[in-house]
Amino acid sequence: MKKTRLAVSLLAAALAMAGCSKEAPKTEAKKADAGKAASALAAEVKIGHVGPLTGGIAHLGKDNENGARLAVEEANAAGIKIDGKEVKFTFVAEDDQADPKVGTTVAQKLVDAKVAGVVGHLNSGTSIPASPIYNQAGIPVISGSATNPKLTEQGFKNQFRVVGRDDQQGPAIASYLASAKKPKLVAVIDDATAYGEGIANEVEKTLKAANIKVLPREKGTDKTTDWKAVLTKLRGRNPDAVFYGGMDATGGPLMKQGRELGMKAVFSFGDGACTDKMKELAGDAAEGLLCSQAGIPPQAASKKFLDAYKKKFNSDPLLYAPFTYDAVFLLIEAMKKADSSDPKKYLAELQKISYTGATGQIAFDEKGDRKDAEMTIFTMKGGKIEPIAVIKSGKTVTYDEFVKTMGK
Amino acid sequence: MDTFLQQVINGLTAGSVYAVVALGYTMVYGIIQLINFAHGEVVMIGAMVAFTVINALAPAGLPPLAVVLIGGACAIPVCVLVGYSMERLAYRPLRHAPRLAPLITAIGVSIILQHLALLIWSRNVLAFPQIIPSRTYMIAGAAISSIQIAILAICFALMAGLAVLVYRTRLGTAMRATAQNPQVAGLMGIDINRVIAATFVIGAALGAVAGVLFGTYYGLAQYTMGSILGLKAFSAAVLGGIGNIPGAMLGGVLLGIVEALGAGYIGDLTNLCSYDTLAPRIEACAGGGNFVLFGSNYQDVFAFIVLILVLVFRPSGLLGERVGDRA
Repeated sequence: MKKTRLAVSLLAAALAMAGCSKEAPKTEAKKADAGKAASALAAEVKIGHVGPLTGGIAHLGKDNENGARLAVEEANAAGIKIDGKEVKFTFVAEDDQADPKVGTTVAQKLVDAKVAGVVGHLNSGTSIPASPIYNQAGIPVISGSATNPKLTEQGFKNQFRVVGRDDQQGPAIASYLASAKKPKLVAVIDDATAYGEGIANEVEKTLKAANIKVLPREKGTDKTTDWKAVLTKLRGRNPDAVFYGGMDATGGPLMKQGRELGMKAVFSFGDGACTDKMKELAGDAAEGLLCSQAGIPPQAASKKFLDAYKKKFNSDPLLYAPFTYDAVFLLIEAMKKADSSDPKKYLAELQKISYTGATGQIAFDEKGDRKDAEMTIFTMKGGKIEPIAVIKSGKTVTYDEFVKTMGK
Repeated sequence: MDTFLQQVINGLTAGSVYAVVALGYTMVYGIIQLINFAHGEVVMIGAMVAFTVINALAPAGLPPLAVVLIGGACAIPVCVLVGYSMERLAYRPLRHAPRLAPLITAIGVSIILQHLALLIWSRNVLAFPQIIPSRTYMIAGAAISSIQIAILAICFALMAGLAVLVYRTRLGTAMRATAQNPQVAGLMGIDINRVIAATFVIGAALGAVAGVLFGTYYGLAQYTMGSILGLKAFSAAVLGGIGNIPGAMLGGVLLGIVEALGAGYIGDLTNLCSYDTLAPRIEACAGGGNFVLFGSNYQDVFAFIVLILVLVFRPSGLLGERVGDRA
């Protein structure tokens, strides 16, 4: 299996190199033929979507795809004209299995298929290796869910994202903690992974900037189950709040053991431990925890989107569907503004776009990150995580207010 | 002071579980000089089976304690079966082979069991249903939960029970005789195969209980949990003197306490900014900063530091290796 994959990607790489010069005219000719066959009048514009459609997070991949598919169908129904001709958007959905290797293979596949733009990938781990391939082909890519800062730090002009970055998350949860709970002393713990340490550093920085004392960093590992030694030590210092940078599998036991030791502090976490699994792992002790996620919960998206999604798929969006939905419309909007579906021409429009979508106002900064991306703060209430506040450009709004301002 | 006492209580709880697991290592070693590296996996399977049973029964409305007891009662026979078949299929055919062969087989059995568990219970962290209401008592500023008290009570009862079994019953006498000299024991009419099988079965049953205790204490189980727990228990057995039953008990409890105190204080002790002579020379210390060399994430290392120190300075362990005379 590995050998075939390797062969496929080698082949793809070889094609990519050859494709620059020789292959292009051939495929274009083919495309023209296909276009004629499909419809003599409408110009065909392909929009690609990539997400895992098999494997452990296939449900999230399908959700992302549904959001994008809905947008393409709505755009087709609206009869959009580009360069004087009515355009038919074709949706090309690919499966990257959340696997970086497969991610690069399908990226090449989409490039070869001459898509005008790509929405995806779902994971940072697949988006980052795929991004040079799209960059070389000059195809704009918008991810609706990849939050790793590195994605847009590579200097690729065609890489965008409509969701917040991990390094915006630390400041968000820390500033919420500081303003809502007013702690005097905070303990910061991490799991010694790149993610955990990164978010814990951001939290510590923000807290210190707010003149809040932070205890010396405590560490575990991503396999730690016994936190009692650390927590006992912390209990002696009596912090008002605890922040843990790590995943739910270790964060759950941490919080449970903290409460068992009689700690009264507020426990707060990043998105790795912002799941309902915390309730399973920590039991009733999980009640009242604070945690953050990049973006906004799907139920806070515009009502127009929610209704259309429900009507089409007969279920509610799971997580990032509103973001992929917006991503497709951003591509189309830029094409309309440039009056061309040629990536080279409409890319400039995409960079300076200002658009109001299902997730609110969208504009990109020079890196391709969303300006003033929202971060949502959740709390555990009755065994479920519930959104309580949204942080946008440094300002905190309660969740209910935010939903009102989204404009129904 | 209350912090110190709390660390000791935490260490005692974890240590008593290590002790029960360590007994499984030491009994088998005492009788056939085999380090059964698959014993940690038996503990894991105990936790997994208990998880499945408790999870299935939790919504049925039975009293929580009964559910956990049924979970444990199901885990014991499964682990006993695993322990027995392990001995019968993997180790008995190799009994007269060079010592390296059964040792490597033990590692193989461990890998097989781990992956079997992966296939059955998936690679996810399984959350034990939190059904037993945990009450916390304060003793001189240190918290001790009802679950911790139960773990301490069960572990010490098991250890006492085992001591009675080994030193006061016919089976125990047969085990000790087999440990001293299997051939002569056989000549005296002891069925050696039966005694060795019984040793594995008892060790596995203890392991099952330890697995259930571990699972309910930390609230989770995963297919990999057996390896680190097994290694720590093995270190505990070596600390007390492998092959020596009271030694394993002492070693386990001591190891738990060393680990808790080590993880609790290493961060402060290696915080270079707390030393007046060093602080002005380290940039990070300026303005109340900290420069910690080793944090509490080195918790797991203590078991192995102890293991190395024992092997260097007292290879026969604290209470001395007690295996048969080979004169």
